[in-house]
Order: sequence, then C-alpha cells, then structure tokens
Amino acid sequence: MTVRVLAFARLRELLGFGERLVGVPDGTTLETLWTTLTAQAPQLAPLRASTRFARNGALAAATTALHEGDEIALLPPVGGG
Amino acid sequence: MALRSDREQDAAHPRIGLSAEPLDVQALVRAVQTAQHGAVVTFLGTTRETSPDDPRPVAALEYEAYETMAVPEMEAIARETQERFGPLGIAMQHRTGRVALGEPSVVVVVAAPHRGAAFDACRYAIDALKSRVAVWKREVYRDGDAAWIANTAP
Repeated sequence: MTVRVLAFARLRELLGFGERLVGVPDGTTLETLWTTLTAQAPQLAPLRASTRFARNGALAAATTALHEGDEIALLPPVGGG
Repeated sequence: MALRSDREQDAAHPRIGLSAEPLDVQALVRAVQTAQHGAVVTFLGTTRETSPDDPRPVAALEYEAYETMAVPEMEAIARETQERFGPLGIAMQHRTGRVALGEPSVVVVVAAPHRGAAFDACRYAIDALKSRVAVWKREVYRDGDAAWIANTAP
C-alpha cells in the first residue's frame, strides 16, 4: 500500500523531503514506518523520543496501523510564537 | 455557534488561522471588539534579535506549519478560552514564512466585558498556542547559519 508521508522542520531537512508517497507492506505501523525511514536517514534515529506522529490530521500512537492512502505526519517539538 | 458564524462572515479574512502575509493587528481588534466589551487585550509575539539557545545575533525567523492540524487546534483553543473565561471575542493568527526582526509572528486579541477576563484569557490562549499548535520556528543568524528552536514550558 502507499501512504503520504509529511515531514516538518528538522525532520524535513534530515529526511530530504517535506512530502513523499511511500510504499509500505500491509501491517506497517507508525513505528515500523519510522524504522524504515531511519534506515534511509540514520541521523533521524536520535530524534525518535522527541517525535510525535499524526495519522490523517490527528495525533496517533506509534502502534497505530497504516491504511492505504493515509496521510502520515512526522512532528518535531513545536516552536510557534 | 458564534465561532461558526464568525468564520462564515469573514471567510476571506479568518480571525483564526495562519498567514503568509504581515499580520494586520488593527483589523483583528476591529473584528472582535463590540459594544459589549469594555476591555481588549492584544498580545504580540515579535521577532527578537537574541536567541535563548545561541549567542549569535538573529537576523530573521522562519516559520512553517502543518495547516491541517494547526488551524483546527487554534480553533479548539479559541473555543476552550471562551468556555473557561466567559463570553468574549477572540482572534488568533500566526505567521508562516520569513518574519523580519521586530515584526509580529503571532497575535492574540481578546475582547471581554472586563479587563480581568481579557488578560487571563489572552494569557491562556497564547500559552496553549505555543505548547500545542503545529508550527515550527527556525532562527536565521546574521552569519547565515540557522537552527530549529523548540518551545519550552511557559
């Protein structure tokens, strides 16, 4: 299946994209998606503890399963204001 | 209910949301103030030359946002603020893109019957915005380097 991955701020810079369609096997969770992305960009790994995930515009636990067409966002700690 | 009609009325210039253009503070004050309000408190967050994290002088700030989450969260904060502090008018806008030194990056306007509620509500709304809304800030230093800066607890 294919999901749309959005990355922001430092995560965007380290991954080298702000938005990309990513093909993943059935049964993929947010955590396993992160692991896949970290394999491509090892410098992401230390940021796992400070990263939150959103699925289709709502914060989601790392154990959440992905579905075809999902919009997944990787969110660093916010810095508004 | 009030919020929904506000949005319908000002669809082209929403009181709550993100803006890639300079923030028009006076327009937001006019938008929320009515004859029922005896107090208007405006908070402006402005771009500062000194960084909390870096000794180098800051030349500008750059903001990016996840609009899909940021705008609904700002609307939720506006509703919460009204529920906690009583009948009041509220406007909240945050900049995206590059913001020059001294320019506002965020504005919160609260109009309330009395100043106590207006001050308290404005403080609540800006603190909630800074801790919850999906906006990110990059300090660009005068030497050309840059760094992402996360918020700390108020």
